[in-house]
Amino acid sequence: MNTQQAFFEALLDPRQSAPSGLCAWNGSDPAVRFAVYRNNVLVSLVDALADTYPVAQELVGEPFFRAMARLFVRQEPPRSRVLAFYGESFPTFIENFAPAASVPYLADVARLELLRVRAYHAADGAALPADALAQALAQPDTLAELVLGLHPSVGLLRSRYAVVSLWAAHQGVGALSDVDPALPENALLVRPGLEVELLRLDAGASALVAALQQGTPLGPAAAQASQADADFDLASSVALLIRTHALSSITHPDGSQACIHPPQ
Amino acid sequence: MPTPLSTQASAPNLPPRVGLGLKPEHFRQIVETWPDLGFFEIHAENYLVDGGPFHHYLSRIRERYPLSIHGVGLSIGGASPLDRGHLDQLAALLDRYAPQSFSEHLAWASHGEVFLNDLLPVPYTAQTLQRVCDHVDQVQAHLKRRMLLENPATYVEFSASTLTETDFMAEVLRRTGCGLLLDVNNVHVSCTNHHRDPYAYIDALPPALVGEIHLAGFAQEQDAAGDLLLIDSHGSPIAQAVWRLYHHTLERVGPVATLIERDQDIPPFDVLFAESQQAQRLLDAARQEVCVQRACT
Repeated sequence: MNTQQAFFEALLDPRQSAPSGLCAWNGSDPAVRFAVYRNNVLVSLVDALADTYPVAQELVGEPFFRAMARLFVRQEPPRSRVLAFYGESFPTFIENFAPAASVPYLADVARLELLRVRAYHAADGAALPADALAQALAQPDTLAELVLGLHPSVGLLRSRYAVVSLWAAHQGVGALSDVDPALPENALLVRPGLEVELLRLDAGASALVAALQQGTPLGPAAAQASQADADFDLASSVALLIRTHALSSITHPDGSQACIHPPQ
Repeated sequence: MPTPLSTQASAPNLPPRVGLGLKPEHFRQIVETWPDLGFFEIHAENYLVDGGPFHHYLSRIRERYPLSIHGVGLSIGGASPLDRGHLDQLAALLDRYAPQSFSEHLAWASHGEVFLNDLLPVPYTAQTLQRVCDHVDQVQAHLKRRMLLENPATYVEFSASTLTETDFMAEVLRRTGCGLLLDVNNVHVSCTNHHRDPYAYIDALPPALVGEIHLAGFAQEQDAAGDLLLIDSHGSPIAQAVWRLYHHTLERVGPVATLIERDQDIPPFDVLFAESQQAQRLLDAARQEVCVQRACT
């Protein structure tokens, strides 16, 4: 076995002793020195998770969060050198982590935080030209076949918990004590400029966005939304998506696309 | 249409001035105040994202300042082959921002598929020398440019090593034609940890190949025998011993672009800027020294 393989295995497994072949000038036990590397690797990766999931950390407290994160790091170390997105499976890990079961909404809050990071670093999308929708509306017979393209930063989380209110309370918006975590909420994330915006969607609008994310044309997407929510209102939902810059293209049935201008 | 780069931003090399690591916490202040600095340095891997504020601010800052792109994930000292996908991403980043300098570490950071996000030590043998040279050759060929290789901060040594670190480094520089990123803090940390003379270490490296200097702070621990063990933490101001070693380095290599690194417990921008001015004064003195020498000959 080569040196690096042994070094690597001992780094992530605390039960293993330090690899052989290490030495120190003073003849001291190299295990203490090796522990610096073990600690650096673990701490830097736990820090990366704490950067992505600050509200999850606040919800359970730093000692609990870091202990949980350490277990995750050892089980699923990064496969990419881009650490901004490290821990995509951390919310699922949290969901199955028995000691966190008393905070059932923790995993969904983490999912929201991951979507925020994704939105923050997403491609700079195009803005929908102001007249694009008006033009589309001028041809009502093809309206149902239009495909509304979402901005690359758009994220959607349909949760059984009050994830938006919980997250907002941790930013100082509203009191945490006023939030009933058991009330379902749907979150829409979009970054039209430099800031990620987060808003609550009703069940119908969130079903519409979910359908649009799949590339479903407007007609069937609206039908799915009506099925999810009897009060679904297509006009106000599309207006909301335009207002928040969540739409970036309209593709007509003939394949022509409304012109898209990248933001300056 | 892209904004043309300012004269200093389009210079071919990093200037012999002080630069700072670019931190998202400082983006706004930098573009609001345009501080008088020689260059900025980024960690390549932080900018391998599609869009958003990181690219927005870096693009604006690049229009006004020279740039150094510093990689932490290539794993040049790794037993595994270099990741070609990662090299492609780096090539695209370098194309986009046309930095004056690209540098990486004499270390390994990944094994197989797993990325460890740390700079791990390499034994110094004929075999690892060949591997590091092959990897540096491959990087320089792929990126179509000369790179700088940084000397490491280490906490252990390998009984298998047959070369000193300076002999190893010098041989990599000689065989590959790459330049040296001389991290003076790493020299101090490693020489303390392995009971060597940091001044002799600096003097053993070819001064003409130093393309950039790094300065940073370290943390202190103890090894199993109770001897001092320094940790390259990048989380505190530069220590006096490192300032002295930097002064010696400048006397030996002349004025060279110098970066102050701070990656942990990042203070307000003004604190780092003040520290940069301390280094700038030493650099200015070294430049004057060069002028005096030239005037004499």
